[in-house]
Amino acid sequence: MNKFLKSTIAAIAMIAAPLAGASAGALDTIKEAGVLKVAVPQDFPPFGTVGADMQPKGYDIDMAALIADDLGVKLELVPVASSNRIPYLTTGKVDLVISSLGKNPDREKVIDFTDPYAPFYNGVFGPADIAVKGAEDLAGHSVGVTRGAIEDLELTKIAPADLEIKRYEDNNGTISAFLSGQVDLIATGNVTAAAIIERNPPRKPEPKFLIKNSPCYVGLNKEEDAFKAKVNEIIAASIADGRLNAIAEKWLGIPLPEKL
Amino acid sequence: MAYKFDFGAIVPHWELLLDGVVLTTELTVIGAIVGVSLGTLGAWARASRAPVISQIVGIYVELIRNTPFLVQLFFIFFGLPALGVKLSEFQAAVLAMIVNLGAYSTEIIRAGILAIPKGQVEAAQSLAMNRVQIFRYVVIRPALKKIWPALSSQIVIVMLGSSVCSQIAAEELTFAANYIQAVNFRAFEVYFVATALYLAMSVLLRWVLKIFGNFLFERRSHV
Repeated sequence: MNKFLKSTIAAIAMIAAPLAGASAGALDTIKEAGVLKVAVPQDFPPFGTVGADMQPKGYDIDMAALIADDLGVKLELVPVASSNRIPYLTTGKVDLVISSLGKNPDREKVIDFTDPYAPFYNGVFGPADIAVKGAEDLAGHSVGVTRGAIEDLELTKIAPADLEIKRYEDNNGTISAFLSGQVDLIATGNVTAAAIIERNPPRKPEPKFLIKNSPCYVGLNKEEDAFKAKVNEIIAASIADGRLNAIAEKWLGIPLPEKL
Repeated sequence: MAYKFDFGAIVPHWELLLDGVVLTTELTVIGAIVGVSLGTLGAWARASRAPVISQIVGIYVELIRNTPFLVQLFFIFFGLPALGVKLSEFQAAVLAMIVNLGAYSTEIIRAGILAIPKGQVEAAQSLAMNRVQIFRYVVIRPALKKIWPALSSQIVIVMLGSSVCSQIAAEELTFAANYIQAVNFRAFEVYFVATALYLAMSVLLRWVLKIFGNFLFERRSHV
């Protein structure tokens, strides 16, 4: 072969090789390596904390285990903080971020989101014997909120005119008012309600209706459509067969809402 | 970075501030009248012949004077429901203020009673007046007159202490100020106005109490 042909073949090989490598997406790399690396929180109960045995535990950890199981690979947990979870993903140190991640336009420029997997919402909660399904049913009741919080602003917009909204200076005042029965219902985040339920209170804050929904999504790198489709498939399957609901009941004390 | 003062931002909320002033005034008036009455009864009980009554009142006074008002308020509002006593914010706030003022004014009035010369009481006894008559005609009015400035101060302190009742969502002036500040973030303007309103109410209250004192304990010219 003359020099020209050799260099042409070499050039084509050089160009083709990276292309061949690039067509193997994250999904294939993971399956080949047999390990899924997931960034999880370690300081945000009930989504991720470290137990007494120094092992991470929480909603997000259970979710990561579920996905790794369904992919048929081992799970490697990488503890992260809010500030570095997205850089860890974009630099390839982890494959997925499962860390009570909310979706917003700034983040959407840098990473991709799957379907939601965990409820994170502000709503109205109260004991089982008070029948309230929506903002209209609130008339005649009293609702406690923390002054200036999102629940305060949103509830004021949708509340009927004769609703008594009692605004306390901080979360503790609001919770004390609810537990002592000074207010019938409480408007707060579902994580706060879960924390109250965990302490087995005399009045249980069960969910009545949603005020504002900001669920958690799994974060992954852009341009990984096959991977995203697979993870979405796993999430949908876990909702359908009740595994995700079991995780929600375990860590949040409340079943999944009908629409995440 | 220059902060742009904007007192106009408070004007849309004038009704809330007015409601706050009205509620503070209501709490103070009821608290003062019932609290001072309670204090008078307490001072009377402390001078009682039966040591048991004196000790019980003594325990109440020391309990209230040695604990913070906020803690007393939280106990009444958040704690009592566990015993089946559920009070509204207004009821809890007024009760806390009455109980608080009652304890302090018991001691203040008792000091005034102790300052009455023994000769007055002995003279009244020699006129065959019974204990109630002596207390009512000879002891209590001079005693109140002596301690009226101190008692007025305590009443003003309790009025200013009503701002603590914002913690149980009673919508008095401090609650109104906090709410407006949370809406328009103008902390300087809002709290400046709230301070000015409290100052005005304080000055007015002292003036009213002074007039009241002069009326009640008018100086009789020596005959």
